[in-house]
Amino acid sequence: MTRRDIALLVVGIGIALVLPRVLYSALALRIVLWALFAVSVDLLLGYGGMLSFGHAAFWGAGGYAAALLAKAYQLPFPLAALGGIAVAMALAAPIGYLAIRRRGIYFAMVTLAFAQMLFYVVNELRDLTGGENGVQGVPKILPGISLGRTSDFYYAALPLVLIGFFVAYRIVHSPFGHVLVSIRDNEARAQALGYPTQRYKLIAFVLSGGIAGLAGSLFAIGNSFASLELLHWTTSGSAVLMTVLGGMGTLWGGGVGAAIVLLLEDSLSSVTEAPGIVTGAILIAIVLGFRRGLAPALHTAAVLAWARLRAMRAAREA
Amino acid sequence: MSVLETRDLTKDFAGFRAVDRVSLALDDGKVHALVGPNGAGKTTLFHMLTGFVKPSSGSIVAFGADVTGLPPYRISRMGIARSFQITSLFDRRTALEHVVLALHVADPVSLHFWTPERAVARYRERAIDILEEVGLGLVAARTADSLPYGQKRALELALALALEPRVLLLDEPTSGMSLEDVQRTIALVRHVRAGRTVLLVEHNMGVVAELADRVIVMQQGRVIADGGYEHVRHDPAVIAAYLGQIDA
Repeated sequence: MTRRDIALLVVGIGIALVLPRVLYSALALRIVLWALFAVSVDLLLGYGGMLSFGHAAFWGAGGYAAALLAKAYQLPFPLAALGGIAVAMALAAPIGYLAIRRRGIYFAMVTLAFAQMLFYVVNELRDLTGGENGVQGVPKILPGISLGRTSDFYYAALPLVLIGFFVAYRIVHSPFGHVLVSIRDNEARAQALGYPTQRYKLIAFVLSGGIAGLAGSLFAIGNSFASLELLHWTTSGSAVLMTVLGGMGTLWGGGVGAAIVLLLEDSLSSVTEAPGIVTGAILIAIVLGFRRGLAPALHTAAVLAWARLRAMRAAREA
Repeated sequence: MSVLETRDLTKDFAGFRAVDRVSLALDDGKVHALVGPNGAGKTTLFHMLTGFVKPSSGSIVAFGADVTGLPPYRISRMGIARSFQITSLFDRRTALEHVVLALHVADPVSLHFWTPERAVARYRERAIDILEEVGLGLVAARTADSLPYGQKRALELALALALEPRVLLLDEPTSGMSLEDVQRTIALVRHVRAGRTVLLVEHNMGVVAELADRVIVMQQGRVIADGGYEHVRHDPAVIAAYLGQIDA
């Protein structure tokens, strides 16, 4: 870890800890979970060069699985989330196996097609999933601790969320992560060096699905509710939007993107009749203004501010 | 047993036969040049040997084992390394990172997504040795896209060498090079051929004359001549093939 990474880590954890005090807890929870979801998309898109337009499948599969497990067996929520991760990864393996055989827009279409399929399947399995009513009354359980208030759940779930972020960080900064980026940049060359590139892409896909599944599990349990919206294609779209907005290939850009989108939606929903249009316009402006996303721009701004601060201090001492 | 041979190797592209029943056996430890006019099928043959193009029929045998239709990474792992005609590198990585990446390909740690990246730092020393071998020691820390053309080509060669191949397949190693870089590349190939079997696709006849022990001439998908440079140069079929081609 470089000093910059440590500084980012401290800032990130600090923000995560105070978030429910600054905002209201439900919004804070939404932000950190969508941030984790966006990070899972960035792992594939920013580091593997694979644009998944069907990540709602893993977020939703995790959410439904965790909700059903928690409800049926009265499981503590971390165990239910583990189940959600397992289901999401088990689903990601065959979808990824087929999707990685295609590139670019075709890859996106294959992932979208499978996500849509899952949406209809879950809708049809009414006995299990409740169809359009969803899974309601999902209990939030942690032995010995009351999770009645949303802020309680936020702090109970935060360690799992941070582990999710850490796993993504670990993957990106591993030998595997380096090979993955090489495949993104020049797949033929990586093959010529002897790398079985399909295997790397599939592993990345399954890991990304698992992280999305973790985020989705906590989202469903946190809301005590798993609904079809988890699996809707607009959910996939939002995750991609947050990633691109924050900056691909940065990991923490996903967090920035999630925060901006959700804060905009939240603050605008109370002042205008058509929050979608205003949010959309602002997002278009950001995407056009910052081609590489907000995170690199924020990073540059921070570096400049730091340099100016040091220059001022040096000038004062001189 | 030849290190690498083809038997009736054929490739059809939608009604066009690019490579037509080519049977070739490379001589162990020799430098082979694959030449011929444009469209003769050299590149297609090269891509089949390296697994990037699947043959329509016929077979490829490497070290006595049938490798027909194996994916590129399997061919590479067998000790058959290739370079690319159009410089093909990871632009934003340093030269050193390139070679380290090539060195740890067979190490299981490559698949470890839970291990910190310093796990592969132990390959750096060897990587620097290889970069020095091809004359890139001083630019090890520079990114590939910042290197001048000649050095990019040298990095291509360094990547192939890092795989410690027994067979080295070089796709037009001197294309687009200045005279000075061509001379440097000739010296480099002479240096790295030791203990290896080399096949190079090459347009520059000066380079072929300097390097090749054996010249294989292709035209319209077939091998029309095969032998020493002097022998092939005076072959009537070869003269006819090249005279029919204005830019040859």
